[in-house]
Amino acid sequence: MALRTGNRFKGPTVRGTVTGRERPAGGYELGSWLFMRISGILLLVLAVGHVLIMHVLGGGVERVDFKFVELRWQSPFWRAWDWLMLSLALLHGVNGLRVVILDYVRRPGPRFALTWFFTVVGVILFALGTIIVFTFNPANFPTT
Amino acid sequence: MAAKNRLTPAPGQFGRLYRGREGQWAWVLHRVTGVGIILFLFAHVVDTAVIGWGPEAYNRVLSVYHNPGVQLLELVLVGMVIYHAVNGVRIMLLDFWPKASLYQARLWYATLVIVLGAMVPVTWVIGRAIIRDL
Repeated sequence: MALRTGNRFKGPTVRGTVTGRERPAGGYELGSWLFMRISGILLLVLAVGHVLIMHVLGGGVERVDFKFVELRWQSPFWRAWDWLMLSLALLHGVNGLRVVILDYVRRPGPRFALTWFFTVVGVILFALGTIIVFTFNPANFPTT
Repeated sequence: MAAKNRLTPAPGQFGRLYRGREGQWAWVLHRVTGVGIILFLFAHVVDTAVIGWGPEAYNRVLSVYHNPGVQLLELVLVGMVIYHAVNGVRIMLLDFWPKASLYQARLWYATLVIVLGAMVPVTWVIGRAIIRDL
């Protein structure tokens, strides 16, 4: 995929050949790099779609209430959408925080503590969201 | 390995402040919007989970989103998500298509045009809701 250029190119080159952006050589960081891109493509549909549907189109967030979610979650399609989005967004976001922490927190102790703090928050919220998405049953609240 | 290099920085190598050009601003905004979105997501998972405690609790929590000040933050959030998504596409173009590097500055301006273009109708819709609720 390399490309020869003259002097116009200011980015990474090897002997005049454009190499594109750097990427990790292997191991965990390459897996992380790949995951951010794959989940990014999926979130492009899931999260941007979610934002447009819930916040912009059809009356925005003002129409959202218990009844709205009750109707919406009658469909397994929307439950699956929301759960997949929850999982990917938390993984993508917490991994993003890990990368940012690696850049700005240099002392090993605080770096370790912060990374694990956000990982634990992510795991707890993933568990909470998963339980709600899979077990929510409006029949538990008969007054509505 | 990239992770190892991060542990051995060379402070001052580029002066006190690295003033980059288009790519630098794209990178800064991608970070700021990414951190903003994940911090909101933490709160958003909790407020959505309240639905498991019934209609009264859930509707009370959701009334927060009807506050005009919070709706202004909602507009900022939508902008952050759209920027992060469009710039993410720019990053992937640069990653998987080396020739795109030749046009990296133009790709950044294209990103800006798409984001600002998308924000026009979004601001119209959410802005009207804010004015209605004032």
